[in-house]
Amino acid sequence: MKMILELSKVGISFETPRGSFEALKEVDLKIGEGEFISLIGHSGCGKSTVLNIVAGLLQATSGGAILDGKEVYEPGPERAVVFQNHSLLPWLTAYENVELAVKRVFKGKKSKAEMREWIEHNLSLVHMSHAMDKRPDEISGGMKQRVGIARALAMQPRVLLMDEPFGALDALTRAHLQDSLMDIHRKLGNTVIMITHDVDEAVLLSDRIVMMTNGPSATIGEVLDVPLPRPRDRLALADDPLFNRCRQRVLQFLYEKQRKVQPISLPIDSKKKNKKEERKHG
Amino acid sequence: MSSITMPGWIEPYLSVVKGEASRAQVAQLLRQIGLPVLGLLTFIFLWHIAAQRIDTSLGKFPGPSDVSQQVSTLYAEHKAGRAKEKAFYQRQEVRIEDRVAADPDYVPVRRDYTGSPTFFDQIITSLITVMCGFLVASVIAIPLGIVIGLSTSVHAATNPLIQLFKPVSPLAWLPLVTMVVSAVYVSDDPMVAKSFVVSMITVSLCSLWPTLINTSVGVTSVSQDLVNVSRVLRLGWAEHVRKIVIPSALPMIFTGLRLSLGIAWMVLIAAEMLAQNPGLGKFVWDEFQNGSSQSLGRIMVAVLTIGLIGFLLDRTMLGLQRWLVWDKQSAQR
Repeated sequence: MKMILELSKVGISFETPRGSFEALKEVDLKIGEGEFISLIGHSGCGKSTVLNIVAGLLQATSGGAILDGKEVYEPGPERAVVFQNHSLLPWLTAYENVELAVKRVFKGKKSKAEMREWIEHNLSLVHMSHAMDKRPDEISGGMKQRVGIARALAMQPRVLLMDEPFGALDALTRAHLQDSLMDIHRKLGNTVIMITHDVDEAVLLSDRIVMMTNGPSATIGEVLDVPLPRPRDRLALADDPLFNRCRQRVLQFLYEKQRKVQPISLPIDSKKKNKKEERKHG
Repeated sequence: MSSITMPGWIEPYLSVVKGEASRAQVAQLLRQIGLPVLGLLTFIFLWHIAAQRIDTSLGKFPGPSDVSQQVSTLYAEHKAGRAKEKAFYQRQEVRIEDRVAADPDYVPVRRDYTGSPTFFDQIITSLITVMCGFLVASVIAIPLGIVIGLSTSVHAATNPLIQLFKPVSPLAWLPLVTMVVSAVYVSDDPMVAKSFVVSMITVSLCSLWPTLINTSVGVTSVSQDLVNVSRVLRLGWAEHVRKIVIPSALPMIFTGLRLSLGIAWMVLIAAEMLAQNPGLGKFVWDEFQNGSSQSLGRIMVAVLTIGLIGFLLDRTMLGLQRWLVWDKQSAQR
């Protein structure tokens, strides 16, 4: 398989008033063309940070992301992002939202008619042809996310980056969109990196699942191959031993090896209480 | 932009007209019309009582009946003024025709009517002045607000100045503006009167702050997600501002514009009084100086007119906002 994207010793530190905070350390990953990769880990572990570095929205402090042999140092449409909360421009219709991206990417390369056709094609890929002229506040959350995906696909990205794309949706809508995404991935063969915290979603959609350790200084803990044949059918997979084994592996990683120390907020609270008490006594 | 649908508030009226109103709708109507009317009547009654008990050197304080009488007087004066003006131009044309008939080489000279402006002329003048001042203020405040909102450095540099000048009263600016305009605006054939320029600039100086501040806040609060979209698309600076920033900030910009227009209208009256620029302010001042027994009544008419026009200006802006802004929620109030 041809490698398209490489993360090489990626590390990032943020300067805070209380000193430097190392969020990521030595993240190494190679991604092949057409691969579907999921990043999974507890919240706050730096999944989004990895994605933002690939997107170019954040700059790695050490190491870097290399796309097609070139280092990534700024955002660009060849690394289109589907944001968690759709990020559609609320004053534009679904069509116009996609149009903004298409006009930007294919200016001078496609004629007006071709652009129109391309926009409509992408909206039909996500089954949104019927609501092209609706504004975001007139459509449901799932539909907004569909338009967000259409906008990203319409940029014809080398890598499609998805930041918990279905996190804010209800379970049924999420299942629908997962099926749509699998369908699109089969048709177009995009390379996809998706952040998720849903184990079933990761196993169902991915070729490989990248599991991240807890921060600070988070890095890749394990990488799990998901050798399930495609096309995958969520109903058939429910009883599939291989599916369940993969699921088991991810769950083990998350809840045994990287068990999040549960009472995160408790020490802070108790500190506060202590302080209050100190004040009372003082 | 907005589709033409029947406004919700019409429905109960229609039901009443059709004779199929429910009890809830009747109750709603009573609340919508009955209570404001009740409030208005109470106010007029209290005003009437209070006015009779206030004696001034110019007679009793004008009550509702004096004011309504002055409204018709002012209207009659307006009609008379218009008739005089018409007659003046007719006489002028007849005279010119006669002279041209007698001497074909005569180049006709037409003079403008110079009669004193009526109350309604003053209203028009005031509206023109306030609109010009407001326009100048907006043209300065919106772009500047966008720049301030986009750059934290510019914001830090300008914020103290904005806070310093924002609370300055128009009366404080006026002498300075008057002197500067007198020194700078020198022309043999001025396009507009000096007093007009003075009032206009004073209005602009006082009314640009709300737009400036609201625009910059609106621009600062553009969602980071939308900024990221813009970055992924590699939009240039101008396109970023045009396609992302301005539409996002538009509801806030309009809130600022509405506040600014309100302030502009308030300031204008004071500026006109002092700058002796024709308009409602000057009308009030002249009536005050005039000191006839009718003066107070006429000033009261002006006061009510100023209030009514201020209200209408605000409604117009609100309508414009509803029409132009995508976020209909922002235009609810």
